[in-house]
Amino acid sequence: MATVTFDKATRIYPGTERPAVDALDLAVEDGEFLVLVGPSGCGKSTSLRMLAGLEDVNAGRILIGDRDVTDVQPKDRDIAMVFQNYALYPHMTVADNMGFALKIAGKPKAEIRSRVEEAAKILDLTEYLDRKPKALSGGQRQRVAMGRAIVRQPQVFLMDEPLSNLDAKLRVQTRTQIASLQRRLGVTTVYVTHDQTEALTMGDRIAVLKDGLLQQVGTPRDMYDTPANVFVAGFIGSPAMNLGTFSLAEGYAQLGSTKISVPRTAVTALGADDNAKITIGFRPESLDVVPAGTPDSIPVLVNIVEELGSDAFVYGELTGELGSKGLLHSGAGEDQVIVRVDPRKVPAKGETIHVTIRTGEQHLFHAGSGLRIDA
Amino acid sequence: MDIATKFLTMALAILIFVAVVGVILFIAGRSERTSGKRVAFLFLLPTAIMLTVGLLYPAVRTIFYSFFDAAGTSFIGLGNYETIFGSAEQLIVLRNTAIWVLITPFVATAIGLLYAILVDGARGEGPAKALIFLPMAISFVAASVIWKFVYAFRPDQPNVNQIGLLNQILVWVGLPPQQFLISTPFNTLFLIVVMIWIQAGFAMTILSASIKAIPDDVIEAARLDGVNPFEMFRFVTLPAIRPSVVVVMTTISIATLKVFDIVRTMTGGQFDTSVVANEFYSQSFRSDNQGLGAALAVLLFVLVVPIVVYNVHQLRASEAR
Repeated sequence: MATVTFDKATRIYPGTERPAVDALDLAVEDGEFLVLVGPSGCGKSTSLRMLAGLEDVNAGRILIGDRDVTDVQPKDRDIAMVFQNYALYPHMTVADNMGFALKIAGKPKAEIRSRVEEAAKILDLTEYLDRKPKALSGGQRQRVAMGRAIVRQPQVFLMDEPLSNLDAKLRVQTRTQIASLQRRLGVTTVYVTHDQTEALTMGDRIAVLKDGLLQQVGTPRDMYDTPANVFVAGFIGSPAMNLGTFSLAEGYAQLGSTKISVPRTAVTALGADDNAKITIGFRPESLDVVPAGTPDSIPVLVNIVEELGSDAFVYGELTGELGSKGLLHSGAGEDQVIVRVDPRKVPAKGETIHVTIRTGEQHLFHAGSGLRIDA
Repeated sequence: MDIATKFLTMALAILIFVAVVGVILFIAGRSERTSGKRVAFLFLLPTAIMLTVGLLYPAVRTIFYSFFDAAGTSFIGLGNYETIFGSAEQLIVLRNTAIWVLITPFVATAIGLLYAILVDGARGEGPAKALIFLPMAISFVAASVIWKFVYAFRPDQPNVNQIGLLNQILVWVGLPPQQFLISTPFNTLFLIVVMIWIQAGFAMTILSASIKAIPDDVIEAARLDGVNPFEMFRFVTLPAIRPSVVVVMTTISIATLKVFDIVRTMTGGQFDTSVVANEFYSQSFRSDNQGLGAALAVLLFVLVVPIVVYNVHQLRASEAR
């Protein structure tokens, strides 16, 4: 078991100016399940491949335990990787696939066999050991790829979007299995995904990356409750947070004639580059539906109602004097607002509802830098 | 025939062709609604006729005449085959063919594979591959002429300059010039070099494409599993490209069995260099021994068919993966 440390690790692809991973500082605890998450092209896979040794490190260091592995060959790093497309050897049986690393390392056949069988038992693969990968389903192949990593008994597991080729139902099932397996084995794991739900459900901690820069590291709860900037706020959470940038006057954010009260500490925290504006975020569940005419309520024209049984979400747009001004945006798009409503009292399409932001549940950010204002 | 008549004949032939196609399409159009099988049959008919006339009939006739004497008049049973497997002259032909088939596919494939691996991903891969692929574009006869110059021999006398590349090199290093194409049995090997020169490019092209088709992540997984370059080749690359290797080897084997141009152009089959295809030509058209020629053609056919069947089988297997 070991810790993993990225120390200002940087990767610049030949022929490009901007680093794919820019001075990444990240410490993964011993036995921890850390999820690297971000949109495509954010550098999460590159970071993982740097740790695997498949990608050069142009500046900075990478450590596994106390050992600097920056210039160590992949095979000598004592890691095992699960690839997105599984990367199984097509001409080998499941057992040979799983035992290949041990065979190359020159382990005795009996030991290889027993370790492979042990891993197969954990993963429910025993009856498939003599099959070729071609004769397996996607989920079984995924388990073989996991098995290949487990058999090696490495210090660190690296997983590069291992669930993205599975169908939705199997993905949900497998993600619980992987998380519980990791906890059982207690092996330090770095897991890459673009899916924030996967990140929230699986990780002990989550690291959000964007454009090669680390945005925030924290527990799923931290990420959800106190996003460090506008990007993390909009990225973590499903449905996404509603965000809007408003002018400030007399301690209130001005949304047309609607006024949202902003704490004094937040107002004083604003700087020159914020231009007397503030970005306010509020999650769909932080909105209350109120009767029309309630002071400082926001009118929302209902476009779609998404009923999930336990919850219902209204996807709507600002209407009245606030409509079509690009004031707000959410995961659903420009001028769109997402509101969680009581699933027993859903509004009809085309109806206008009025909502207010529950006090204390708004997130405040600098309009200029996008950084969080702690109020 | 003067030119006008020739053109008239050509025009007539084209008209007949158009008419035949027209009739087929017309009939096919009429019966379209009735049955899919009948339409298929109608479209297959011209091909079937041409195959019968151009392939099946000559094959049967050749087999038939292989049991007749030189003039093709009296039946001599297996006499021609006895000659092929009995006479000293013909046994050399068989021996040469065996040498060709045993050496060419293996050496050409090995060189092609080695080259494909060496240039894979290297700088200047394109030009490097073009260099070895170019001989494929040259006809066998032209290649033979080129190599005839390479092997050219002038008597080792004062005031005589060697014009052959190899012999000049020998002279430079102080060795006497050699008659590469005359001294048996090595002259056959020097002919085989020409075939390898042509076929290695083919092998390299197919195998290079096959190597590139191996997914990157499998290569990376193998690197993480700790393979060295040799183990990478042995456990990952070679198994992945095995179907292509088989297809390349069988294809070259077939081409080698049928080799004719190189031998014909460079030695004419003299100096104990003849092979089955060349001997078949010589017996049929030079020595006027139709029976023996036919028997040699049948032998060639019998040798090639199993390889073709195997080749097609492997090709399907590699596509199915």
